[in-house]
Amino acid sequence: MASSSKNSNSDRVRLLLIDDEKDFVNILSKRIKRRNIDVKKAFSGTEAIQALRGQEFDVAVLDLKMEDMDGIEVLKMLKILDPELAVIMLTGHGSAEAAGRGIELGAFDYLTKPCGLDELLKKIMAAYEHRKQDE
Amino acid sequence: MTKNNQLADHYFRSLNRNIILIIIIVSVIPLILVSSTIYYQFRVAYHEKVYDHLRELVNSHSQNIDHFLQEKLSDIRFLSDICGRGKLEDEPFLQERLAALQKDFGRDFVDLGVINADGVQIAYAGPFKLARADYSDAEWFRKAIQSEYFISDVFLGLRGLPHFIIAVRNSREDGHWILRATIDFVRFTTLVENIRLGQTGFAFILNNKEKLQTTPMTRPSIDMIAGKTIYAEFLAKPSVSPSEVRIAVKSDSSQQENIYVAAFLKYGDWLLVYQQRAADAFADLGKTFKITTVLMFAGLLGIIMMAFTLSRQIVKRVTKADEEKQMMSKKVVEAGKLASVGELAAGIAHEINNPVAIMVEEAGWMGDLLEEEEFHESENLAEFVRAIEQIQTQGKRCKEITHKLLSFARQTDTTVQDIHIKELLEELVALSTQRAKYSMVEIQTDFPDDLPFLKESVSELQQVFFNLINNALDAMENDGGTLTISSRRKENYIIIKVSDTGKGIPEVNLGRIFDPFFTTKPVGKGTGLGLSICYGIIDKMGGKLEVESTVGTGTTFLVSIPIKENSDGLQIEM
Repeated sequence: MASSSKNSNSDRVRLLLIDDEKDFVNILSKRIKRRNIDVKKAFSGTEAIQALRGQEFDVAVLDLKMEDMDGIEVLKMLKILDPELAVIMLTGHGSAEAAGRGIELGAFDYLTKPCGLDELLKKIMAAYEHRKQDE
Repeated sequence: MTKNNQLADHYFRSLNRNIILIIIIVSVIPLILVSSTIYYQFRVAYHEKVYDHLRELVNSHSQNIDHFLQEKLSDIRFLSDICGRGKLEDEPFLQERLAALQKDFGRDFVDLGVINADGVQIAYAGPFKLARADYSDAEWFRKAIQSEYFISDVFLGLRGLPHFIIAVRNSREDGHWILRATIDFVRFTTLVENIRLGQTGFAFILNNKEKLQTTPMTRPSIDMIAGKTIYAEFLAKPSVSPSEVRIAVKSDSSQQENIYVAAFLKYGDWLLVYQQRAADAFADLGKTFKITTVLMFAGLLGIIMMAFTLSRQIVKRVTKADEEKQMMSKKVVEAGKLASVGELAAGIAHEINNPVAIMVEEAGWMGDLLEEEEFHESENLAEFVRAIEQIQTQGKRCKEITHKLLSFARQTDTTVQDIHIKELLEELVALSTQRAKYSMVEIQTDFPDDLPFLKESVSELQQVFFNLINNALDAMENDGGTLTISSRRKENYIIIKVSDTGKGIPEVNLGRIFDPFFTTKPVGKGTGLGLSICYGIIDKMGGKLEVESTVGTGTTFLVSIPIKENSDGLQIEM
């Protein structure tokens, strides 16, 4: 099922942006969309899981610190739903431990918040390339 | 503050006083109790001993004297019974007997005489011319003629010399006649004179009218005679048994205590009295008392001196401990302050991170939009671009500040590993070389190879020394200078010295440089957290971060880090 629709939009990265800070997600998604990336916003872990059920994504940017659900738990769920999803974690300063745990669970990479857009885009592209190679 | 000092001063003074008092009371009371009890017991026992000794002495001498008198009496009686009046009336025979007696008993017997019932001496042998002497009126004769034998008191008699008489009445043959002998007074007195003890002890014999029967070498003085009532007291109570000895202690008129020991002689007719000054009899006791007193006072002096020294030492230690405690609590308060500031800072940093990120992104979005062609014509485009860049730059600064705050709250990587301090410092120096060059700063290093490993977190130590080196470079930024970094071992610490020749820190600021958010750098250049973080890290390691600074000369930071036991002795091989 996943492979049938995969090649249709192969030139555009499909990104799932997960963070409970709505303003941040909104502005970030606007800027990313402007750079030819499809962005779907999720304001909570639950929304992210729902989104992934309805649609396939290449890359997910996941904030590890959210109100409703622990980021690591969300990561586990995402990896179950789509083991090949490349996940970039956003961590607070000094939460290297959580990031390390995320990498162990199959996350692609992590970034320390707040991070510049350029940095984030570079990581997204790298993650996308990684996923493409895996296929 | 001064009120507190006064209170503390008062407290320590009263503590000092209390310790002295307690030590003195606790040691002196037992000392006095024990000494006085022992002395009292010793005194009682010693008195008993002295009295027993005197009693024994007087008793044995009274028996001796009685024995002496009995012996003389038996001799005379034997002579009178054996020889009979007929033979004894013959003066040459009498002289022969006297000579025989004197040969046997020495000069105890002075003379012999035979006296008829009328009191006329019908025969006499002796040194005096007493033949035909008439004793009919003499008191002794009247008493002697009425009893079988008689021993007189001492009297002068016809010869005018003190003497006493032993007389034996014989009724055989024609009527009463008496054989009498005179006992040499000097020899008799010697018997009593032999009783001497100490410096003042002497003995004498009194008759029942308190008249002296011997001439003691030390005559009882008038004072002693004034104590005569004591003799009267002795005489008033007749002896129950012949060996009974009585002891009395009385003061004489010169307030001197005398011991009187008395025993009856001659069937209660005479009293043998031994007299001695109490002070003399108990001279040894007096000596003991003096020694005990001296020892006790020496002990007291020792205790008092010890009490003073000890209390001073204790108070000194308590004072020191108290000061240390105050220092400690100050430090604890400071550490607590640092910790709470740290928590607060971490909270703020987290909260600020998101809004700052949003602002930066919004500015970025504006930047994105400015790229649209419609804005290219705007005359203020350049200003917009500059403003947006400024927002982003300042946003980055905020990010740096929050990062530092979070470092302060919890150190990043605390994994402990063996660190060779030389390598760590050399790396940091290498990182700073470029900056030092621009600031015209010369870096001098002195890192011995043989220092033991430190068991600490690399990133923490890097942070500390990076901060110190950067501060030093900041201090010399404009004028150049020398940065000296050295490491050495002192006891169980490795001491790293970071010195600059910069402008120095004024004394007013020196006490505050480790306080969080304290900075002298221009606004925007420093957060005031660097040294607080360093201080926290080194303090956590059990080490010390100290600063010395002279304005115009430079500043030296001293970092002491303890060498953990199991890494001690390990040396790096190079």
